[in-house]
Amino acid sequence: MRLYLRLTASLVACRPLIEAQNLTKDYGDKRAVDGLTFRVEPGLVTGFLGPNGSGKSTTMRLILGLDRPTAGAVTVNGKRYREHAAPLHEVGALLEAQSVHTGRSAYNHLLALAQTHGIPKRRIGELIELVGLQDVARKRAGTFSLGMSQRLGIATALLGDPHTLTLDEPVNGLDPEGIHWIRNLLKALAAEGRTVFVSSHLMSEMALTADHLIVIGRGRLIADLSVDEFVRKASKNLVRVRSPQASDLRDLVVGPDVTVETVEPGVLEIVGLTAEQIGDAAAERGFAIHELTPQHASLEEAFMDLTREDVEYRAGQAASEPEVVA
Amino acid sequence: MSSVVQVPSVPHLEHRGRVTQPRVALSEWTKLRSVRSTRYSLLAAVLFTIGLAALACAVVSHHYPSMSPRDKADFHPLEVNLVGVQLAQLAIGILGILVITAEYSTGMIRASMTAVPKRLPVLWGKALVYGLVTAALMIPAVLIAFVVGQSILSRHHINAAFTDPGVARALFGAALYLTVVGLFGLGLGAIVRNTAGGIATFVAIMFVLPPLMNVLPTSWNDAASPYLPLAAGEAVMSVTSGNHLSPWVGLALFAGYAAAALAVAAVLLVRRDT
Repeated sequence: MRLYLRLTASLVACRPLIEAQNLTKDYGDKRAVDGLTFRVEPGLVTGFLGPNGSGKSTTMRLILGLDRPTAGAVTVNGKRYREHAAPLHEVGALLEAQSVHTGRSAYNHLLALAQTHGIPKRRIGELIELVGLQDVARKRAGTFSLGMSQRLGIATALLGDPHTLTLDEPVNGLDPEGIHWIRNLLKALAAEGRTVFVSSHLMSEMALTADHLIVIGRGRLIADLSVDEFVRKASKNLVRVRSPQASDLRDLVVGPDVTVETVEPGVLEIVGLTAEQIGDAAAERGFAIHELTPQHASLEEAFMDLTREDVEYRAGQAASEPEVVA
Repeated sequence: MSSVVQVPSVPHLEHRGRVTQPRVALSEWTKLRSVRSTRYSLLAAVLFTIGLAALACAVVSHHYPSMSPRDKADFHPLEVNLVGVQLAQLAIGILGILVITAEYSTGMIRASMTAVPKRLPVLWGKALVYGLVTAALMIPAVLIAFVVGQSILSRHHINAAFTDPGVARALFGAALYLTVVGLFGLGLGAIVRNTAGGIATFVAIMFVLPPLMNVLPTSWNDAASPYLPLAAGEAVMSVTSGNHLSPWVGLALFAGYAAAALAVAAVLLVRRDT
């Protein structure tokens, strides 16, 4: 029994994954992360999604042992980050904003970090080439554009050839080519069986990059589901219909589960029926149909719906509050 | 349409080493030598030590014939020779602060702490490397300052010899004093974690506190003042009598202050969020 327990424990430790249990962090009396429990699996790109200020960066900092949780715990590959003897080989991190001494060259920045683990100098050249910073490697990091800094951050994350990657907003500041590059890189890393955990506040970006989503708002877990599932849930089955007999059609289909909106004379937006159902119903009555277009609500809209309750700061919030008249 | 962006696969790394104290010290050496502030501060410290010594000796040498007998009696050739140390200690102390606070102001500290999550090796590595670099630079600087200064004074035959009592001790003591100043700065910087705050704390403890002691009753002032960091540390460079602490006891006490600052910094470094 004991041997068995030990065996399974070591198996769990070998699997590259991130596991958070009731993870909670307070800054003063403000709760930044509130009882998060989730698991990030290897072989997938997991998107970590939430509005600004929802606790994504704090969670990333807790994973990397930069901050201590107020309650709960988070482990990487079976251990707390601080307990790893060679953390750069376990977890590669792209940290929030810039985490580079502005007066030091990219090469020396990578060299100093590599030396803590005795990583050979050859590796630095390989990574500088991989991220495309050859021409500026000897320049001071303070002169870098945001996109170049992000590339240096990626090189830093890959320095130790880690099983697990945590990347905080990696596409921030990248040009379209850079975004495309990082998307492919993340997918390739996951395809090699690595655990890839990427935070973003852009749903559209995550839909293209991620396989799985963990969505948080105000520090709490809102959803933990695959991207396919999210897209399916997000689609509202809105159908746009143009017909000379629009008002007749409206009377025909409207019901308890079906809402119809007349967006302009002769054009309806119907929710609750598929395009096929509407087309068949119209054909039965001989109504002419000039347009029948299923429209999916955008992922951004679905994401906003999901997090509406949990957005911390919203434009026009003050205006919507009822005025108290004495 | 095919993708125009090629994603080269990440090259694999055969090597799998763990974090060790010597490796972290090497990393700290790379960090120290790869920023401009190090070069400027250390260059300033060396120039102050040698240049001001030469200047002061030349001025004294020029005025010596017209000095009163009393001033001549009070004159010690080594004292003028070590005036540069007074300014060099500012450069060394401030660089000691910057070695750690610049990591906080730039965000580098997050990268450092994710590479070395046990954290303390980073602080010890910085102390070791910065201490060795300061000592290795300041010992020759002080000796060169001595040779230059005394050769200027030798025109009036008022120079001291290296073998004179207390001279060798004062010279090596000056270099060690500067080394401890650097470590004291590092400790304070690591506690305060902010460049401006670190410099303010350093200057307050070293240079503002001693004159403030004058508001105390004389007996208290006389009892406490020799034990302040600056007075204790400077005892090792003194070649005149009138010090309460013997040279090495004074330096040891000053080193104790630096060690205490580093110890507090170590406790805070492990406990605090980065």
